[in-house]
Amino acid sequence: MSLLTGVPLSYVVRNLATRRATTLLTAGGMALVVFVFATVLMLSEGLRTALVQSGSADNAVVIRRGAQTEVQSGVERNQAAVIESQPEVALDGQGRPLASREIVVLISLPKRDSSGPANVTIRGVGAQGAALRPQVRLTAGRLFRPGASEVIAGRSVAGRFQGAGLGETLRFGQREWRVVGLFDADGSAFDSEIWGDAEQLMQAFRRPVYSSVIVRLRDAQAFDTFQARLAADPRLTVETKRETRFYADQSETLARFIEILGLALAVIFSVGATIGAMITMFAAVANRTQEIGTLRALGFTRRRILTAFLAESLLLALAGGAVGVLAASFMQLFSLSTMNWQTFSEIAFGFRLTPGIVAASLGFAMAMGVVGGFLPALRAARLNIVDALRAA
Amino acid sequence: MLLKLIVKNAFRHRLRTGLTLLGVTVAVLAFGLLQTVVGAWFAAADATSRTRLVTRNAISLVFPLPLSYLQKIRAVPGVMQVSHSNWFGGVYVSERNFFPQFAVDAQSYFRLYPEFLVEPGEMQAFLRDRQGAVVGRRLAQRFGWRLGDTVSLRGTIWPGTWRFTIRGIYRGAEAGTDEGLFFFHWRYLNETAQRNYPRRANTVGVFILGIDDASRAAAISSAVDALFRNSLAETRTETEKAFQLSFVSMTEAILLAIQAVSYVVIVIILAVMANTMAMTARERLAEYATLKALGFGPGFVRLLVYGESLAIALLGGALGMLLSFPAAEAFGAQLASLFPVFSIRPETLGLQALAALLVGLIAALVPAEKGARVNIVAGLRSVA
Repeated sequence: MSLLTGVPLSYVVRNLATRRATTLLTAGGMALVVFVFATVLMLSEGLRTALVQSGSADNAVVIRRGAQTEVQSGVERNQAAVIESQPEVALDGQGRPLASREIVVLISLPKRDSSGPANVTIRGVGAQGAALRPQVRLTAGRLFRPGASEVIAGRSVAGRFQGAGLGETLRFGQREWRVVGLFDADGSAFDSEIWGDAEQLMQAFRRPVYSSVIVRLRDAQAFDTFQARLAADPRLTVETKRETRFYADQSETLARFIEILGLALAVIFSVGATIGAMITMFAAVANRTQEIGTLRALGFTRRRILTAFLAESLLLALAGGAVGVLAASFMQLFSLSTMNWQTFSEIAFGFRLTPGIVAASLGFAMAMGVVGGFLPALRAARLNIVDALRAA
Repeated sequence: MLLKLIVKNAFRHRLRTGLTLLGVTVAVLAFGLLQTVVGAWFAAADATSRTRLVTRNAISLVFPLPLSYLQKIRAVPGVMQVSHSNWFGGVYVSERNFFPQFAVDAQSYFRLYPEFLVEPGEMQAFLRDRQGAVVGRRLAQRFGWRLGDTVSLRGTIWPGTWRFTIRGIYRGAEAGTDEGLFFFHWRYLNETAQRNYPRRANTVGVFILGIDDASRAAAISSAVDALFRNSLAETRTETEKAFQLSFVSMTEAILLAIQAVSYVVIVIILAVMANTMAMTARERLAEYATLKALGFGPGFVRLLVYGESLAIALLGGALGMLLSFPAAEAFGAQLASLFPVFSIRPETLGLQALAALLVGLIAALVPAEKGARVNIVAGLRSVA
């Protein structure tokens, strides 16, 4: 560094240390900006992970044509049989198709912290339902028995809703349902669901039709043929999507909202922080006019003065950025639950810090430092030696 | 003399003051916009009437109620009028053009919602046309619809392509009335459902009850729910406000985050402003010492610093508040599908002014004390 700038790095560091209050305030402001910036990125990433992990590439979701979500959809029994019997559908060891006829409804449940009710997704799954989602693991209790009024609850539902814990009972559809097991779906959207036996739930809710059919394809490439065949079948009025695509589509609005909000905040905040850096650096230049004159007189070139002040500004920003990212990393301990507008149901997701986000946040901080520091550094470099030495 | 000094001082460092001013302006503007977003969230709940109750299926909103409940609900003492509506959830050209559509029992519905103002002639035309629709003024503007235009919606809950003719455009009676809704005849929906989906015919999404006495809302609600306890479709009745707030509470986390962020903006600008004042005071220690040597007391110096800080903060605040109006206009137009009502509330302006005032005061706190306590001899010797 010292070779690059000519002005020793220790000079830069000491300058910042001398004006402690100003340095702290400016870096603190930047740290806050970077904190918010990183947090929003982490939220986007958390939502993305929750949805990416919900789908697997070789699964396909079949819903009624035009329905955007499983809740709106309806697939008749005979249609479900046709879908399952397609040649592209993989078979299990006993020659049965790897498919699950599912019913998805929303029920309104009171939260444990009594902050009002929220819509929870109840999914009735077929016998192969769990096998189609390898990310779902039972963590406590056992699976529901087919034919019984039993359900299992996802990790983030069990803790947050009344009656959804292990051994407790939920009341809906004129029946009591015992929670006999808890499952962990590895941060995916299933963590926010309650699962039961599809046939039992259909009776309870008096819905004679399924919401969707999920199938495992023989291989991921078979999707296009499968989709085309179902679309051409006159007995069916369905739409086929890859499971990964299906879940990404479902949260498009929420993801876009978070992105727009994050972008707007980043722009507004960075204006404030850049101004802060600029003020600090202008003051630093003004206060050190004589010093700069001396440096120039000693033979340091304009370019080297410019780099020294830019380095000072960058260091300031980097310190703020590091503190901001560090603070943001603690947000990983929390998770957020909100309603997904498109499915109308609760979804819980965490903040996820990735190396990419760390890099982006620090890059953002450095950009603020460069932009804020450039004009003042330019002024420092342009000072005339004689005038600068005379200034008092 | 004091005022003159303050103004002169404030604009001595034109660049620094200008930058700080810009910062405060942007922060107050951002704060106002974020608060307006939060307010827009509550707009639907604020526009509700205390004499309207909403009855829905107790399981959740996605389950319908049988139309036959209508007569039973009407017989409950205290219920003056009953209407019903269904969420249609159709798509106009593309998913991005989202707006709410309701299939309603037209006559009773518009009686219950006097805030939707429709010209009598248009109302007549709407009632006569089975496929007629009444749309909000803002919605009509958004898509350039005129009376007599045909609009096709692609059904998601009710499959198929649905054609409507716009017969009326309603205005809101108050500023907070949602002018972005689309109403059509429930009859039209039901006739088609009877043909194509007989299982879902004769069902409604929610009943809306007009009651005579708002103070009896709780009693009437439980009387209605008691009617249908242990039936195939149990009901939950609540005031219209509670019904709307239940949507707000589902997105509470986002709301809290926006609110928190709006205060963070103010804290950030406070740091910038405090920095400016700290630098200013440090540079002027010698001046303050001079003033004191001339006989001015510490109170005068304090006033000088506070005055300068407040002048910058309040000027920036005022600029930010002024800019909020065009900004909200532009923002609201962009997010019309998300926030049908997007206007700056008086409370928001008050909060903006308060934020600017607090930033000005707090930023001057430490520098003012430093200036006031400066030792004359040490101050005169000090070099910035």
